[in-house]
Amino acid sequence: MTQATAPVKTARWQQALQPLAAPALAIFTALVAGSVLIVITDEGVLEAFRTAPATAPGAMWRAITTAYGSMFEGSLGNPARIIAALQSGDPKAIAEAFFPITDSLVTATPYIFAGLAVAVGFRAGLFNIGVEGQLFIGAICSVWVGFAVKGLPAILHIPLAMLAGALGGALWAFIPAILKAKTGAHEVINTIMMNYIAFRLSEWLLGDKGPLQRPGTANPVSPFIEPSAELPRFFPDPIRFHLGFFIALGVAFLVWWFLFKTTWGFEVRTVGQNPNAAKYAGMSITRNIVIAMCLSGALAGLAGANEVQGVNHNLAYAFSSGYGFDSIALALLGKSHPAGVVGAALLFGTLRSGATRMQNIARIPVDIIDIILALVIAFIAAPAIIRFLYRLKTAGPGEGTVFTRGWGK
Amino acid sequence: MPPILELRGITKRFPGVLANDHIDLTLNQGEILALLGENGAGKSTLMNVLYGLYPPDEGEIIVRGRPIKVHSPNDAIAAGIGMVHQHFMLVPVLTVTENVMLGVETLRGGVFLDRQKAAARIRQISEQFGLPVDPDAYIKDLPVGVQQRVEIIKLLYRNADILILDEPTAVLTPQEVDDLFKVIRSLVAQGKSLIFITHKLREVLAVADRIEVLRLGKVVGQADPKTATQAELASMMVGRAVELIAHKTPARPGEPVLQVQDLRVLDDRENVAVDGVSLEVRAGEVLGVAGVQGNGQTELVEALTGLRPALAGRIRVAGRDVTRANPRRITESGVAHVPEDRQRDGLVLTYPVADNMVLNTYYLPPFAQGVIIQQAAVDQAAAERVKQFDVRTPGIGVNAGTLSGGNQQKVIVARELSRPIKLLIASQPTRGLDVGSIEYIHGRILAKRDEGCAVLLVSTELDEIMALSDRIAVMYRGKIVAVVEAARVNKGYLGLLMAGVHPDQVAAPEQGEEVEAVF
Repeated sequence: MTQATAPVKTARWQQALQPLAAPALAIFTALVAGSVLIVITDEGVLEAFRTAPATAPGAMWRAITTAYGSMFEGSLGNPARIIAALQSGDPKAIAEAFFPITDSLVTATPYIFAGLAVAVGFRAGLFNIGVEGQLFIGAICSVWVGFAVKGLPAILHIPLAMLAGALGGALWAFIPAILKAKTGAHEVINTIMMNYIAFRLSEWLLGDKGPLQRPGTANPVSPFIEPSAELPRFFPDPIRFHLGFFIALGVAFLVWWFLFKTTWGFEVRTVGQNPNAAKYAGMSITRNIVIAMCLSGALAGLAGANEVQGVNHNLAYAFSSGYGFDSIALALLGKSHPAGVVGAALLFGTLRSGATRMQNIARIPVDIIDIILALVIAFIAAPAIIRFLYRLKTAGPGEGTVFTRGWGK
Repeated sequence: MPPILELRGITKRFPGVLANDHIDLTLNQGEILALLGENGAGKSTLMNVLYGLYPPDEGEIIVRGRPIKVHSPNDAIAAGIGMVHQHFMLVPVLTVTENVMLGVETLRGGVFLDRQKAAARIRQISEQFGLPVDPDAYIKDLPVGVQQRVEIIKLLYRNADILILDEPTAVLTPQEVDDLFKVIRSLVAQGKSLIFITHKLREVLAVADRIEVLRLGKVVGQADPKTATQAELASMMVGRAVELIAHKTPARPGEPVLQVQDLRVLDDRENVAVDGVSLEVRAGEVLGVAGVQGNGQTELVEALTGLRPALAGRIRVAGRDVTRANPRRITESGVAHVPEDRQRDGLVLTYPVADNMVLNTYYLPPFAQGVIIQQAAVDQAAAERVKQFDVRTPGIGVNAGTLSGGNQQKVIVARELSRPIKLLIASQPTRGLDVGSIEYIHGRILAKRDEGCAVLLVSTELDEIMALSDRIAVMYRGKIVAVVEAARVNKGYLGLLMAGVHPDQVAAPEQGEEVEAVF
């Protein structure tokens, strides 16, 4: 069918929003499905059914609104309180009113870095499951530069510690990358193995009498980093919102620029989309696998450095709570596009940070949030369901996401 | 008796394209109907509608006088309609019997496969229709021609009596094509009815009882194979007069551009695929490499273009040694490559046409300044090339995968020919393309030759080799068995050399024939 025909005229904004339709509907559907779970696990609803079934619908509605209401408040804040705080003009009240939303951004920040890491891998046809391990190594390198290097001004110390994190992550990714490029060893296996090495390495480093253990404690924690290595925070405690968020946005822009505006990115994407054509066009598969994997590792390392320098200011055993694994789902949700990753990271950050409050206020187990996140991903991964439910037109063929190539070669 | 199959007013729209526009078609019992049309004319869409893969927007399908609804291939099979797709639907690691049974398994005791019973039935079908095949053989061990037989047996096993063959000869050698035609005649002799989809004129005239020509989604005419000529059919298909024979002036060969000495190359299984090949291509001439698929041509081209390392020997381009050089260096020494498998090697189907146009020059000015891609320059060059090479695309931002095969190939040819080159290596440059595109690409290759470019043409289509080459090298089992002047040989002679007959044992086609044998 080669006849050139006038494309269907759609307004620009419609075209711009079209790729968002499916994810937005997936989130909506997941929330609806989640509400079913909330209702059937809610004791109040159960009680209503037992004693006065007529009140059950009301109880169900209450359960859902309380749960999602508290989630919303916990992640974005209470609108009434924000307005009241703004009217009062009291800086402390304003800060407190805005606390939930700033904390959502704090949670989203490592997700942005880690999601970009996975996305860069996907673009090159590589499945980097090792983001979690690379994140650990990045955090270790960053914390070491943070506490061991003394007397530097912040303007040098902050970037130096972040760079150390990026290099650490890149090094951790370089090993499976070179194995893949030279011997065809599958990166999925090797990055998983590198994760275990990273976890156990961090345990040893922080463990009893380990080289990174804080002197004078038996706990598996590192010393605090020098204040000169801390990412500056914009507001007084307890608001943790720090510079890392804007660094993450800047890095997302740089990754986009690298992937879509440079010859390096063109090569990486071509290797990911069609390695045979890449070879035909004179690109080096080996070199691009190594470049993409190291970049991916560096981004993962930045996620670790960000947590150390922006949030914790030290390194504790098992500090990451699975950012590296969540970010795989997140990169899928964001279609491996930096802008999509930022959007997905904001969503994950918001839901995660709302989950805590949902647990406290509505007594909803935090697992429900995990289930809702899982449902979001399931609906994203199976777009046919969403298209069927909402009668969406099939999306045009675009540059798809390549998850991974076959074994070997 | 009503016709066995009738299509009335079939219309199928895709977004922006009218693929089938009120098509009427009749198939009589025991008839071979050829459906002729260029790629993109709507032949495959029509057959997919008939086979239940696409729902039609309008129209009806009538089988043996009764209108039927075909919502899925199961409905089609139930109505006695069977289809052999261009790309076979076989499981390589299963046997012939298992493949044939797949979906209609014969069971023993309700749970166990009764392979014996199925195999017996397959043997009986084989015998009845002249389709020899070993039911216990694994598909992966069978040549393509035999795999096709299995596909046909699959249909007969399901009692289909309306058979649709979609481009059945595209993957076959000339001998296999002859065998297929025998099978087709035997099928109709025993009462089956057949629709044969193709764009190859010669085949249509050889085998069809009746010809319907499709163009741009419409039936544009009928023809009688007894009286029609290839030229008439071609102009019906394309909608204008077509030059079936590329006109070329005598070559004026200059300096040697490609020199290959004693080249040895291994294939993927580490067998010697190219076994001591020496050849020379000079500026301003076309050297055609003829041979049956799988005699080392693929590996030869891959070694010449740097995609596969040479085991031994020497390759020189314009005097520079490029043995075992990487593809980038070879490209930069002025070699253009139109690869054998355009979708696998030549294009990134998920990239826009514009990016594919600079797939191997993206890093050079004006397309890049340093490492920064200059999208405006890329787009401008792409737009010019699309225009210059008549690529039919809605725009340069459209993904290459959405173009038809002919236009995909034009993208590659445009990319490769619009940079300064000394040598063009074209491998199967027109495989699977329609008449119009073949004519166009042949013209471009000859024009490049006349500009003084050396051309190495590898093709399994003898017609193509004969039409374009100045000299012809015949390749058999990894060796060049003969290099001959194209003007002095005929197809029969080349066919024998391709089949492995020693040149000394072949009677020269003409008096005073000079056959330069190279061993």
